[in-house]
Amino acid sequence: MLANQIGHYSLILGLLLSVLLCGVSIKDLNGSSKQINQNILSLSFLQLVFVIVSFMSLILSFINSDFSNETVFNNSHTTKPLFYKISGTWGNHEGSLLLWLLVLTLFIFLFLIKSREQPKKYRILTLLFQQIIIIGFFLFVLMTSNPFNYLFPIPTEGLGLNPILQDPALAIHPPILYLGYVGTSIIFSSSLAAVTQNYISKEWGQHIKKWVLLSWIFLTIGIMLGSIWAYYELGWGGFWFWDPVENVSLMPWLTLTALLHCIIVLERRAALTSWVVILSITTFTLSMCGTFLVRSGILNSVHTFANDPARGVFILIFLFILIILSLGIFFFFHKESSKKTNNFFWLSRETSILLNNWFLMYFLSVVLIGTVYPIFLDVISSEKISVGPPFYQKLIVPFLIPFLFFMSLGPKLKWIKSKIENKNSLIITFIISVMLTFFIIKNLTTELLFHTILVSAAFFLFFTTLKELFIKKFNNVSQTVAHFGFSLLILSILFNNILSSEITTNIKIGEKYSYSKGEIFFKKIEETKESNFNSIIAYFEIKNENGNIVELSPEIRVYNQPVIITSEADIKTTFLEDKFLVMNLVKGNEYFNIRYQVKPFMIWIWISVLLLSLGGLMSLFKKKYEK
Amino acid sequence: MKILRIFIILFLCMNFSQLHSNETNNILKNKILKNIRCLICQGQSVYDSESDFASSIKLIVDKKINKGLKEEQIYAFLRKKYGDWIIFDPQLNKNTYILWLLPLLFFLVGGAIIQKKILKKNEK
Amino acid sequence: MKNKFILFIVITFLIFCFVVFYKGLNNSNTYTPIINDKKRIPLFEAKDFNSNVYLDSKKIFNEDIFYIVNIWASWCVPCRTEHPLLMQLSKSQSVKLIGLNYRDNFNNAKNFISEFGNPYSIILIDKDGTLGIEFGAYGVPETFLIDKNKDIIKKFVGPINQEIVNEMKLIIK
Repeated sequence: MLANQIGHYSLILGLLLSVLLCGVSIKDLNGSSKQINQNILSLSFLQLVFVIVSFMSLILSFINSDFSNETVFNNSHTTKPLFYKISGTWGNHEGSLLLWLLVLTLFIFLFLIKSREQPKKYRILTLLFQQIIIIGFFLFVLMTSNPFNYLFPIPTEGLGLNPILQDPALAIHPPILYLGYVGTSIIFSSSLAAVTQNYISKEWGQHIKKWVLLSWIFLTIGIMLGSIWAYYELGWGGFWFWDPVENVSLMPWLTLTALLHCIIVLERRAALTSWVVILSITTFTLSMCGTFLVRSGILNSVHTFANDPARGVFILIFLFILIILSLGIFFFFHKESSKKTNNFFWLSRETSILLNNWFLMYFLSVVLIGTVYPIFLDVISSEKISVGPPFYQKLIVPFLIPFLFFMSLGPKLKWIKSKIENKNSLIITFIISVMLTFFIIKNLTTELLFHTILVSAAFFLFFTTLKELFIKKFNNVSQTVAHFGFSLLILSILFNNILSSEITTNIKIGEKYSYSKGEIFFKKIEETKESNFNSIIAYFEIKNENGNIVELSPEIRVYNQPVIITSEADIKTTFLEDKFLVMNLVKGNEYFNIRYQVKPFMIWIWISVLLLSLGGLMSLFKKKYEK
Repeated sequence: MKILRIFIILFLCMNFSQLHSNETNNILKNKILKNIRCLICQGQSVYDSESDFASSIKLIVDKKINKGLKEEQIYAFLRKKYGDWIIFDPQLNKNTYILWLLPLLFFLVGGAIIQKKILKKNEK
Repeated sequence: MKNKFILFIVITFLIFCFVVFYKGLNNSNTYTPIINDKKRIPLFEAKDFNSNVYLDSKKIFNEDIFYIVNIWASWCVPCRTEHPLLMQLSKSQSVKLIGLNYRDNFNNAKNFISEFGNPYSIILIDKDGTLGIEFGAYGVPETFLIDKNKDIIKKFVGPINQEIVNEMKLIIK
């Protein structure tokens, strides 16, 4: 209970500190000293401390199952294992907002520390813009989503945490995702600050690149963790559903990737400056937009938090204030860079980055329009339609083909002006890719032409980057690793898609089910009792054509609070393929319904995303070793 | 290393080449089920859902496939009963022209802008 | 000049988006479309609960009166709350109630009827839920009002309440 009070008052103090910080900063703007006022750093640190204290108070309340706290009551239960009591803190709307505040205050403090060589006014303005966001969130929390609401009389038991959220991957998914997502706030604030100071230059590009990389890495891994959770926990063998909430995390990733590439241009020459500012604004705007779409109840999805239109109105207004403010600043302050530096030959790396942006913006428009169009249609004409995976696949996949080609060729071009060297080796690589693809695809699928071209393009990127890694002609290992990771990702997804197979059937204990590739034997079931659920584990032996037997034991869990039945799939992973077995009860029957899937190259999908992030990580540490 | 990879892929090919001839009906059924929204679930497809509604839809789709109905006809049947909203693939009709064409429009406009910029620079 | 034009377009567009999202917030988000255009009742064959004989839909709906199709099950808790209202409606001369026993166990259903009363002229068995789909139902309980032209004019998802009963009574007068 004391934790409740401490948590609540910490938030109020944090808000007051924001106001104080703004005042001190504005005064310091006009101050004569060359260095930033030390008080600002201390106040910013103090603000961070208050948010940490508040966050810890909530965690403590969860650990102690303090049900006088409304949030704890709604989302926890005494029988929850400790690990999930803790992770339940940020698994709900109010708690996750504390996470937002934590990252916002942490990043601005780190920014102030790490930017001592930067111009003073620029640093102060970044702080001011960030404080606007922070104040907005403090107000949002204190006015509509207070995690420290008091319940009286104090309930003896909580309502429990949804069991599908009780998973290790899902426990760390929000913190990592938020470090990426919310981290883009610092890019937003600093770009606006830089624009007002006419500081969008090479030096600024070099400085901000670290922050862009940091957010990008966390966002990439955060999204991957979400997919891993969906694959292992939701039990249907899929990892991406083009669900609105997934799309909402993908959109900032797309703009952040585009921004990263523009910064790479910016740090060498002052070109693409408008792109950089607009993308910085857009990325954070999309993050905020995502917050709005997910928490306001306007969209229908498996992931949405509790629906509350009142909160939605607040975020909507806040979001539009930010957009108008940032666009206003851009239009008012931004000066086009001088004509000289914007000249580059059509065949150059700058152009390929422009092309990259073009494609990424197109992909962004597909995802954005697909996600929000049903809302517009519903409001304007009261017609309700669904926009699902077929839409996104049809519009995105064909465009991947030229995109992959440009990715292969682009890095080979020199800056400013280039001609394609080693044309012969490129052509040979291309022919190998096509032939290899044709040979594989021929036996697999009917859509021969389309798949051939697509897989060839992916293979082309794969082989060109692979060659780079071994020859090391260009001193750009981080980029090559990342692009190689991307090619591997596309190849894994494509082959997984083409080669996956599944068997669905109803089966009784002791029964054997034969199919074309083998035999499934339902050996037995075991029932046990865990701390907060009853477990029914079924043992299966699956024999394939070669007589190899693999044992899989899917589980059905009956949770006690709240009463939910979940199916836990059993997955055997090897480098070659995943074997995936999930089981469901058939109502009123002694039969069980099972779905057995063989999914080749599943693990390569995760590995390739890790490679992608590794590339980013290498770039982050590059400056220390190479120049 | 490349040879090993080719071997592995060949091995898989031989295992999976039979797949399509035996189980095309199942594949069609799954393709359709993935495209139907489970109306009482939040955002899941009928393929992914174990709810009562989903089971009933699965039975109906089965019956219709066995009756020889084509994919589009099954979608039309469900659309008539529940509205466009039940199918995940938005049709191209007067409600969805903007949905399908706007991204493509952006692509073309973007391309035109870039082309203009590059050509302008070339002239200098 | 060009910049001002772009600015104007952007601001107009933003205002438009804001208005749409604001309105969208207040709309229901559970996506339960009400019937906009009238739909003919489906043609089907179903097993009668009591006689175990297959009945044709044309024969079931042959009279020139209003019909109410109600989807129910013994395991469905809200069905119990709405049952007395159905009994009330069954007393009216201008409407006949057809029950659809949804995914149910025969004995449990029988016990339900004997315990709570039978408001239905005919009860049909929908063992696998496919008959409900023919009517465009989501689940149980669900109620459809059918007019004399054999069109479905009203659909109520979830248990009916007194308000809905009054609404229906007005229509069937």
